[in-house]
Amino acid sequence: MTHAFLPHRRSVLTGLAGTAAMAAFAPQAFSQTSARLVVVGGGFGGATAARFLKTYLPNASVTLIEPNAAYHACPFSNLVIAGLRDIEAQRFGYDSLRAAGIEVVAQRAIDVDPARRTVSLEGGGEAVYDKLVLSPGIDIRWGALEGYDEAAAEVMPHAWKAGPQTTLLRQQLEAMEDGGLVVMSAPAAPFRCPPGPYERASLIAHYLKTQKPNAKLLILDAKDVFSKKPLFLEAWAEHYPEHLEWRGAADFGRVVSVDPASMTLSTDFEDIQADVANVIPPQKAGEIAERAGVADETGWCPINGLDFSSPLQKDIHVIGDATIAAPMPKSAFSANLQGKLCAMQIARILSGLEPQATVLANTCYSYVTPDAAVSITGVYGNEGGTPTSKEGAGGLSPEGAPGDVRQAEAAQAEAWFQTITAEVFGG
Amino acid sequence: MTIRIAAPDTAKKGEVIEIKALIQHPMETGYRSDSKGKEIPRDIITEFECSYDGETVFAANFFPAIAANPFLTFYTKATTSGTLEFTWTDQDGESWSETHDLTVE
Repeated sequence: MTHAFLPHRRSVLTGLAGTAAMAAFAPQAFSQTSARLVVVGGGFGGATAARFLKTYLPNASVTLIEPNAAYHACPFSNLVIAGLRDIEAQRFGYDSLRAAGIEVVAQRAIDVDPARRTVSLEGGGEAVYDKLVLSPGIDIRWGALEGYDEAAAEVMPHAWKAGPQTTLLRQQLEAMEDGGLVVMSAPAAPFRCPPGPYERASLIAHYLKTQKPNAKLLILDAKDVFSKKPLFLEAWAEHYPEHLEWRGAADFGRVVSVDPASMTLSTDFEDIQADVANVIPPQKAGEIAERAGVADETGWCPINGLDFSSPLQKDIHVIGDATIAAPMPKSAFSANLQGKLCAMQIARILSGLEPQATVLANTCYSYVTPDAAVSITGVYGNEGGTPTSKEGAGGLSPEGAPGDVRQAEAAQAEAWFQTITAEVFGG
Repeated sequence: MTIRIAAPDTAKKGEVIEIKALIQHPMETGYRSDSKGKEIPRDIITEFECSYDGETVFAANFFPAIAANPFLTFYTKATTSGTLEFTWTDQDGESWSETHDLTVE
């Protein structure tokens, strides 16, 4: 290397470090603490938090507690259901996190004692923490929809946690005869991935249209409005007029009970028999949140939006789908950013600095056909601890846009998935 | 206005039956503006009544705070075979009705 390039490089670095954002994220600003930092849950939120805690606080001991040897990503899993993607493409291991110096404990966290600052593990052990980050995702509220329990989910899959449920729904769609009726039950808000049911419906309708042209999908919805609704309605009218019907609450679409034995979904006014039933049930924060005492009576976790600390328990932060962070949605993008934010603020707190207000964002892409997508973007502030939307920032894909706009967004969706999974789980 | 009623066709004498009634109606409060800032006029249903064999068994007054597509679930005791008549009346006196025949064994 020649000397000629060095002054130039140095000046670039100086310039960047001079910006407020870089100063805040620069690791040398933080203490050399050897604090014990424990993260529960190895999804987008937890894996991100663990990675960035180790980045900001390299001398801290960072432990990630996650019972599964690999994570199955929910984003893009609707493509698996439609037969357009292999489930293996959704699978991500933790080797790269181990290589980064994070201790990955392959056990289930079963309880938290906030007074003793310990997490107890299914195998009998215990992890002691100075700061705990919970990223437990969602659990199903079994029984909240009459007739829908764990046994029912083996007959009428929810496929709202990626993995065996995803494969089960895919197999059922494949086994269904042409002419069959697929019924999806969509829940009332809040739930994981607000546009998810409608992306899934689009892709199932595509599968039916191309492989089982006499079959049909009926969406029974507990709501009248949903994320990106005008864009989905437009795509459905264009691509699936014969294969997809959506019935909102005003059209008597709310499912009040299911009977897996007879494959029946009942609204207040009608019993509908399905050949394949995808029941997306009511949800709550992952169970460990309740045990740690960070979930409130809604079943979800209130947070201080500044650092995602729990107002209910000291030294515990909660990130991702489990939180009440509206207007930020329950999405992988949000969880990833919350993981980074939470890690940075913990680093600041442990370095004797105050948490700092930041700008947050979210983009959700949804496929409406295998090569066309629409998106919604939000930008948020967290001054004073309450996440708020930045008026005039973000927005939806335009209605009535030509096909190449939708195709460009599908390419962006693919790029987004590769980028986020490479950042969180390693390339 | 689309109306949906869910009630049993038959019941035993003395049995308590569940009745569900939904009408599609915007229940516009009069407090909202459209995208051009123009006030959207109030348009609400103000009264609901269910009669059973000519006798009122359930009635309700609706106000602007009632959501769009008002949905009611209520109960009555099956006494005699007869007609359940459901009537919704709006602020201008316009009304919509639906009937359901119940056979008591």
